[in-house]
Amino acid sequence: MSEVAIRVTVNGEDRTATVEPRFLLVHFLREVLELTGTHIGCDTTSCGACTVVLDGHAVKSCTMFAVQADGHEITTIEGLAREGRLHPLQEAFHVEHGLQCGFCTPGMIMAALPFAEEHADPSDDEIRRAISGNLCRCTGYVNIVSAVRRAARTLHGLDVDPPLADAGSGTGHGPGA
Amino acid sequence: MYPAAFEYLAPSTFEEAIELLERHGPGAKLLAGGCSLVPLMKLRLAQPTHIVDLGRVPDAAGIREEDGVLRIGAMTREADLVRSAAVVGRYPILVDTCSVIADPTVRNMGTVGGNLVHGDPANDHPATMMALRASFVALCASGSRIVPAEEFFLGLFETALGPAEILTEIRIPAPVPGSGGAYVKFERQVGDFAIAAAAAWVRLDGDRVADASIVLTNAGPTAIRARAAETVIAGRVPETMTLREAGEAAREGLEPWPDLRGSRDVKRHLAGVAVERALRAAVGRARDDGGDRV
Repeated sequence: MSEVAIRVTVNGEDRTATVEPRFLLVHFLREVLELTGTHIGCDTTSCGACTVVLDGHAVKSCTMFAVQADGHEITTIEGLAREGRLHPLQEAFHVEHGLQCGFCTPGMIMAALPFAEEHADPSDDEIRRAISGNLCRCTGYVNIVSAVRRAARTLHGLDVDPPLADAGSGTGHGPGA
Repeated sequence: MYPAAFEYLAPSTFEEAIELLERHGPGAKLLAGGCSLVPLMKLRLAQPTHIVDLGRVPDAAGIREEDGVLRIGAMTREADLVRSAAVVGRYPILVDTCSVIADPTVRNMGTVGGNLVHGDPANDHPATMMALRASFVALCASGSRIVPAEEFFLGLFETALGPAEILTEIRIPAPVPGSGGAYVKFERQVGDFAIAAAAAWVRLDGDRVADASIVLTNAGPTAIRARAAETVIAGRVPETMTLREAGEAAREGLEPWPDLRGSRDVKRHLAGVAVERALRAAVGRARDDGGDRV
């Protein structure tokens, strides 16, 4: 079967490759570009671990072929931090402890990115709807929702609570700390 | 999971896509958003030899209302449909429907046309399009034809489209005075197919139901019109007990397949509840507008 040449802008850089048409976008990102921050979870469009941003919209990269991304613009989790500074979403997931094992986190953040950019002060309900294509098996979502709200407010210049870790004993590890 | 190997073809017009379908025969398959086809290919339930990607056909997506018809390009993404100024406020039944298809991330890729031509009775658009009395524009080498939604779904994963025919546009009649519609779905969790769901469209004349279409999702091999329920409310004032009667009528003779989502009895029961609630919402919308939405 003939391979196809593609050119995709990934995290602001032009990347070219020749791929088999059956190569999924997530394979292209992980195996060709070695951007392994995008995870493969369920591989059946259910869990959202593979979520990336395509032309400004969150999509599941396990459910599209790399050739479909030809000529388009992709942002992955690796494209968020700038000059060693975490993106407000990454910072918010850290501050709010919005992760435990971390496997769903890149997809969760990429699903939340266009939403947080569009919504200055989202309600919990709006956030839960926005991330409803992404599964987390550890946290119970409460801290993820808080993290997305903090990030949205930060991105739009609204006040946020100071990080809990700074307000308490300094460890931020919960009641026992 | 890797799908089986295939040749990738990216035509720039529908006409070119039709030529490719004719040239490569039954092994060729159209790719729209890929949300149904790609998982099938990964599971090797589908192994097309050629993929004809419609993603590079300009003007295949788009939404506009003109001359009393809402025209939706078949490649319109679900997410764009519910964000469309032409749809929001005026076609709340489409917002109901889109909002419960898969999940928000999938809706950024999934297309309205793809949802329809897949011919899956569990998909949500077929019932809504039938209830709205939509029609579909089908294009083949010899020209285009209009297929009413009600004649489009022939069986499980089977539609009226020929082997080298493409759905290019969906046409929905614009709201008329006294009309209202709604879609109600019961699902176990976000992203799942319906345990049961119903689309309802009504037109009121004064207090009474002058016209109605009620269609069920995932209750048989295609979306099914609940004619007995339509008969129950015809000409009557749609009071609470009348709508309940309509729900009961919708259950008659219904034989949904039992599966992990529920037994036959549970699905039949919920289908009736979905009909009752969709009717109530449709009637509410019909009453509180000046005929400018459905």
